Amino acid sequence: MSGKYVLETENLTKEFAGFVAVSDVNLKVERGTIHALIGPNGAGKTTCFNLLTKFLTPTRGTIKYNGQDITRLYPADIAQLGVVRSFQISAVFPHLSVLENVRIALQKKRGGSFDFWRPASVLNVYNERARSLISDVGLSAFENTLAVELPYGRKRALEIATTLALDPEMLLLDEPTAGMGHEDIDRIAALIKAVSANRTILMVEHNLSVVSNLSNKITVLTRGRVLAEGDYKTVSENPQVREAYMGTGHA
Amino acid sequence: MEPAAIEQKDESAPAIRAGGVPVAFAIMLALIAAAPFVTYPLFVMQVLCFALFACAFNLLIGYVGLLSFGHALYFGWASYVCAHTAKVWGLPPELAILTGAAFACGCGIVAGSLAIRRQGIYFAMITLALAQMMYFFALQAKFTGGEDGIQGVPRGKMFGVLDLGNELVMYYVTAAIFLTGFLLIYRIIHSPFGEVLKAIRENEARAISLGYKTDRYKLMAFVLSATLAGVAGATKAIVLQQASLTDVNWPMSGEVVLIALLGGLGTLFGPVLGALIILAMQYKLSSFGEWVLVAQGAIFVLCVLLFRRGIVGEIANFFRIRL
Repeated sequence: MSGKYVLETENLTKEFAGFVAVSDVNLKVERGTIHALIGPNGAGKTTCFNLLTKFLTPTRGTIKYNGQDITRLYPADIAQLGVVRSFQISAVFPHLSVLENVRIALQKKRGGSFDFWRPASVLNVYNERARSLISDVGLSAFENTLAVELPYGRKRALEIATTLALDPEMLLLDEPTAGMGHEDIDRIAALIKAVSANRTILMVEHNLSVVSNLSNKITVLTRGRVLAEGDYKTVSENPQVREAYMGTGHA
Repeated sequence: MEPAAIEQKDESAPAIRAGGVPVAFAIMLALIAAAPFVTYPLFVMQVLCFALFACAFNLLIGYVGLLSFGHALYFGWASYVCAHTAKVWGLPPELAILTGAAFACGCGIVAGSLAIRRQGIYFAMITLALAQMMYFFALQAKFTGGEDGIQGVPRGKMFGVLDLGNELVMYYVTAAIFLTGFLLIYRIIHSPFGEVLKAIRENEARAISLGYKTDRYKLMAFVLSATLAGVAGATKAIVLQQASLTDVNWPMSGEVVLIALLGGLGTLFGPVLGALIILAMQYKLSSFGEWVLVAQGAIFVLCVLLFRRGIVGEIANFFRIRL
């Protein structure tokens, strides 16, 4: 793949009945980096995410992925191109087992699965790969447990295993550590670091220590606009950012 | 990748055990084989038709999470088409049933394409509205016989050899149709397609984000469900030798919800047991007239309040098995 940027947006704008949630955002995500999107509540981070994965349709502007205009594609098409997202609330399939959760993603390799006359055992060829992904996120002992019965931190780990099953070129993580305790945060952060090899990651994140440890580049959004951009040091020293987002206290 | 190793302190509930389905299936098979010698074959045949109808309905609500409130359309109209083609066109029963099912399939494609564009209650309302449109058509059209329905449908000879006039032959043919439909549904649920359906039921947005075009899967499931409901309705027309407005009207759509709910949504055997209980109740309480409806209402309330998993669902949960 060529090109410095994996994902680029140009004047990306989303209006909801007169309210501008995202306004003229020009985002450039560099290949192979971890790029964080931060900003106070209501800054438009999640809206931005939903636009990028086409769960919302932009009012104006374009989105390019590897130079290809993807502004008019459907969410499922974006996923097939290699951009896979996670959700703010953990997105597992609650009443499927851990193994089944991961296999649903691996099954995508077959293309469409409309063959209702074949036994599900044809999917067993994916079990080995599924188990290795499950073990990568430390869930081996829970292989046959229903996802709904996993504690929160492990659900997120399962979600990451499922996402990785698609072997996406780009990951969009919406608040991967939201609602987690310290121990879980460290584990997920280590996991994100590990999976970032050969991949590009764009994440929305509130936890600033996670952001500062992981990300190569940070974009700060407020009121739907880009306020500042740069590495953690640059951004954290920007007086406007300190005022709008961090207060003055955060070190 | 570096494994994020954690001590495994397993505090979760025990895993689901295998083996429930073959045992339950064997029991069901034995009961079906023996039933005509214990009770009226005609009653059991009706139960089997409703059981298949409810299983088809359950394929949608239980495994895709779509509540159709218009399944009487496919059940009732397949019944009309089957009755008409057998009586007026003189088709043999197997072709009449197939024609009825094909008609239900066509209706399923049209209604499904419209309904799957919406979610939840709106989906249910669209299916209901379309079913009611077709009910009024059945009421007005000439060939349906309006209030009288179609009476005196000949049973004929299946494949030219099986004389369905014989009650026992009719019974085992009905049982074979039911079992074929039941096993087909089992196959659908446990197929690569079925896995995607369950994923959609569990979390549609996530299924989309993994690259699945969920609308296409939902439509496919809808059409399969409508077709199987059609097979059930068409078979019933041959069994009872008539087709009537009752089967196409909205209370029938409600009844199938009740049957599936009582037995257990999302269980394989729930709709079968539900059909048996509801029909037995209607039969036993028929002398009390409208009180049957009161009893059904009470059961509905009890189900929702006390055992939401349904009878089979509660049993499966208790023994940690899948049924």
